[in-house]
Amino acid sequence: MSVTRVDKDLDNLTLTLIADFTAPVDRVWQLWADPRQLERWWGPPTYPATVEQYDLTPGGEVTYFMTGPEGDKHHGWWRVASVNPPTSLEFLDGFAHEDGKPNDEMPTTTMRVRLTEHDGGTRMELRSVFDSREQMERMAEMGMVEGLRQAVGQMDAQLDA
Amino acid sequence: MVVDELSDESVDRLFHALADATRRSILRRCVRGELSVSRLAEDYPMSFAAVQKHVAVLERAGLVTKQRRGREQLVRTDAEAIARARQVLDELEATWRGRVDRMARLLAQDPEPDDKTPKEG
Repeated sequence: MSVTRVDKDLDNLTLTLIADFTAPVDRVWQLWADPRQLERWWGPPTYPATVEQYDLTPGGEVTYFMTGPEGDKHHGWWRVASVNPPTSLEFLDGFAHEDGKPNDEMPTTTMRVRLTEHDGGTRMELRSVFDSREQMERMAEMGMVEGLRQAVGQMDAQLDA
Repeated sequence: MVVDELSDESVDRLFHALADATRRSILRRCVRGELSVSRLAEDYPMSFAAVQKHVAVLERAGLVTKQRRGREQLVRTDAEAIARARQVLDELEATWRGRVDRMARLLAQDPEPDDKTPKEG
């Protein structure tokens, strides 16, 4: 397993996840820093991501959309707070309207990524913090819908196989 | 407690209620709803009144309810409020586990520069 530790802090609405890879830090960094590689892991197989805008510099923006099984598009964005290749990245992660403009009604999370050398490979530490409780609650409502949609998507995939 | 009707004020109360270690401990212990305030008070190094006050803070935040049974008041954690926070973090965890698995699979496709065998994700 790549994921070696997960911590959930219900009081501070924070998820911390540690994953270990055998690949070197530079290589793991490329998964984040190359939009074509990012597209291959950001969205689940049923919702692959397409990166539109990609500016990984402080203040820069990344915009993308994920395409669902019905051709439905779900837009998202990052606003880069800080970036220190190849070891750290911090950004605000949010949802967007169809025209790509940030959807302020939807929850945002602050994401921090840290890559360090570990046992000849790379340790990736992720921290994701919900920016407000209210937004988190909204996410809960959405999550139920999304979870259902994903479950249905998986059933479809199994039926097709 | 209806989620989409949470006002700023009730969000503040929720945060305040959760920001104390004793209150979080009370929440954990009252999931089954079998403990009375006086029973709870035996387990904390503080007065009955102090524990009663903590329970009142949790009650105002909608995190516990009190139920009368005979002469006792039993405290029960409102699992729904806790469950919502947990659910969202669980979903976030599932999302990231999926992403990490896909990252590991991508990395495993790389040609190996030396004789180290790639570890499966």
